[in-house]
This record gives sequence, structure tokens and C-alpha cells, in this order.
Amino acid sequence: MIVLGIETSCDETASAVYDDGTLLSNVISSQEIHKKYGGVVPELASRAHQRLIVPVVEQSLRKAKLKKNQIEGISVTVGPGLVGSLLVGISFTKALALGLGISFIGVNHLEAHLWSWKIGNLSRGKPFIGLVISGGHCILTCVERFGKYQFLGSTKDDAPGEAFDKVAKLLNLGYPGGPVIDRISKKGNRNFVRFPRPGIKSNGYDFSFSGLKTAVLYYLRKHKKTYIEKHIADICASFQQSIIDVLIKKSFDAACSKRVDMIAVTGGVAANSSLQKAFRDRGEKEGIEIIIPEPVYCTDNAAMIAQLGCWKLRNGEKSDFSITALPSYPFPCSI
Amino acid sequence: MVISRSSRETYRLGIEISKILKIKDIVSIYGELGTGKTRIIQGICRGLGVKERVTSPSFALINEYSGKLKVYHFDFFRVNSLSEAMELGCIDYFYDDGICLIEWPEKIEKLLPEKRINVIIQYHKERKNWRRIEIIRNP
Repeated sequence: MIVLGIETSCDETASAVYDDGTLLSNVISSQEIHKKYGGVVPELASRAHQRLIVPVVEQSLRKAKLKKNQIEGISVTVGPGLVGSLLVGISFTKALALGLGISFIGVNHLEAHLWSWKIGNLSRGKPFIGLVISGGHCILTCVERFGKYQFLGSTKDDAPGEAFDKVAKLLNLGYPGGPVIDRISKKGNRNFVRFPRPGIKSNGYDFSFSGLKTAVLYYLRKHKKTYIEKHIADICASFQQSIIDVLIKKSFDAACSKRVDMIAVTGGVAANSSLQKAFRDRGEKEGIEIIIPEPVYCTDNAAMIAQLGCWKLRNGEKSDFSITALPSYPFPCSI
Repeated sequence: MVISRSSRETYRLGIEISKILKIKDIVSIYGELGTGKTRIIQGICRGLGVKERVTSPSFALINEYSGKLKVYHFDFFRVNSLSEAMELGCIDYFYDDGICLIEWPEKIEKLLPEKRINVIIQYHKERKNWRRIEIIRNP
């Protein structure tokens, strides 16, 4: 079944075509189309989505070597996200579905992230612990099978990607903070400062990263500017290690208690190279398989939306025309 | 002016603030990173009967909750211009029948309605975990 996926929940306008296990194309606006049609990257506004949605979809069809009338279904993110941005994708989808006379389905952005590792991965399904970490979210879940998710925990305040952004801001490193801290940390000593590991000793699966950001701030205030500049890589690496340690502890605790032997780490923060290495090293030691998608499927993309929509449409699920944006759509836990 | 001696006390102050709020009120919360803006909002939301988990909307920009009233939780941390904020439709929210709680209001000062409650949180000069908190009704 050929499914077109549309994603406009936040900064990226994205479109992809997926056909039962094969990804035929995957286009994200902030790459090429921005250059062609102008505009700043990344733009925050729904107006950018309005401007980009048609060229992005056309490009995804062209790359898939398909005509519009060959699409058999459409899948679109309905939440969580920015209401104005979501509405652009949803309205576009309804119009196209109406025009082509085909079914469409609204999907949850977080559920799509949870399965993003499956794009291009043909391994047979088995239960796993899913950790979705990004700028806006932090969710730990035990996945029995498709559609059957036990919610384990989420963040009580800031998401890990947000902690990266805010610490980068404190250090004047620019936005977004994740990639730059990742890069700088490579030259740093991660044991230089012992920042707190919030909640690492508690048994629950909830996270809290707000206090860590404040701890970095206190540290920066206590030291001279020249000292901080000299040790910026060490400070970044130490901060990053705190986040990694907490995420690893909770994920592996969950794998142990739920007796599963696989952890899938997805979402934008999963693209962090030190985090990937730390998960893989620990996984090897404990005999737990670690699955992390390629960076392009970690950050927001439409391939994951198309894939999830394809599975759901195949299951006979579909949305009707009354569907609208759900800005605070929670993670769909079923257990 | 109130002194909060912990994150817990900031949260409790939020619950107290919630008691004076009514429909269409706007609370703008000023304070540097790490002063506890989200924390005080968690208290306000608790006081307003919000059951959902209240987290920082820095990335999502707007969180909507439903308690006794609709509660809109804004965070303009990563907004760079007034036009970006306007495109988010934030003005519609400000005049909607809910309560607006705003982090980083200084980024969109010009768009904010005059009539609002300002909460100003500052670090305490001597004590690390203490905060000076002022609540000012404007005008």
C-alpha cells in the first residue's frame, strides 16, 4: 500500500512516501527547499509550512517516481505539536484525500518516533523498551507489540533536548544546543565536574532535567569567565554525561525489570554520538540489543509518519473529516 | 515581596497565586534561566485543578491544559521576533476565555495586554536555593 506521510508539527515541513516496508522518498524542508523558495531556516511559524507544504509534497512524489493518483492513503501528524503548524498539514491532507478519494489517518507524533528505528530494518518484531527523547519530549515505555504500550515514565519538567538548548544558551553556544554540545564534548573530560544525576537513585521511571540546568548555571556563576572558556569542552562533556547516565540507568532498569533484551532509542537527542556509544557499550556488556535509527530518522521526519500510517491503514484504521489538531495529544499507552 | 527558600516553596506560592486568578487573567512570569518559572506555574496549575503533567513548553511554545478553566502555558524562550509570536496566534489566546501563564514575557512585551499580573523571580544574593519573588498587579 503506497502511503504519503505529512509532518508539520513543529519546525520542519516534511513529506515521505512509504510502500509496505520500503521507503520510497523522504523530504525535509530545511534541507533543499528552503534554499529554493527562500526563508530562514528554521522558521517557527505556520506561514512557513503554508509556503512549503506543496513543494515539499511534490518533491517527495517526484523522488518516489510516482504520480498523485498512485497514492493509496495519506498519513498526517495530528499532535502533539503547535496548533497552527499542525493545522496546515491536517488541512492539506484532508483536501488531498478528498480530491483523490482515498483514506487518510491522523497519527501521534510520539508513536511515530517510537517506531522510527523500523524504517529500513527488516528484523522481526519482539518486545522492547522504547525511549523517545527530543527537544520537547522524554518518554519511556515498554512495547509488547505494535499498538500495545505500557507507559513507564516521562519528564516532570524539561525534556533532555531542552536541557541541551538551555545549557548551550548559558554558554553562548547558539541554537539548537544538542549538536554543538555533542561536538565540543568530544574534546572534553566528562569527569571534570560532577553535576547531579537527577532521579538516578529513585526506582521510578520519571525524569527531571530542570535542576541539572540550574546546577550548570550555579557552576558557571561560581567560576571566572576565563576559567570557563578554557574548560568549556570539559563542562559540556560533564553536563552531557549527566544526562546520558540518567537515561541509561532508567532504560536498562526498565529492560531488566520487564525482562526484555532490546532497547530502541529514538527522537532528536538519540542522534547524540556520545549517547549512542554509551548505550551500545552498556548494551554489549549486559547482552541487550541497542537500536538507534540513522540521524535523519531521529529528528522530525515524515518517513516515520508514513510508516505508522501505512501500518494503521493496513489494520483497517482510518480517520474521518472531523479530525482536527491535538496540540497536547498524549502518548497512546494502552496498558 | 516574598522569599522562597526552596523549589517546594515556589510551588506552594504558585498554588496561593492560583486562588486570586479568574477567567481571562494573564500572568507573566519574569526570571532568568533556572529561577523556577516553570515550577511556580506547576503550582498555579495544580491550584487551578489541572490534572495533566505540567512541563516546560520551551520546545512546543504553548501547552494547553484543562482544569476548572482552560489554562494556556506559553514559553517564548526560543521566539526571536514579535512576528513569530503573532504567527503562533498568541494574541487570540490572550483574549480567550482561559488563563494565560507566560514564561519569557519580555520577548513579546509589546504584544502583552496591559492588564495583567506580573510575577518577578530573582536569585537571592546570598543563598543559592532562595528566590526573591514579587507579585505586581498591572495596572
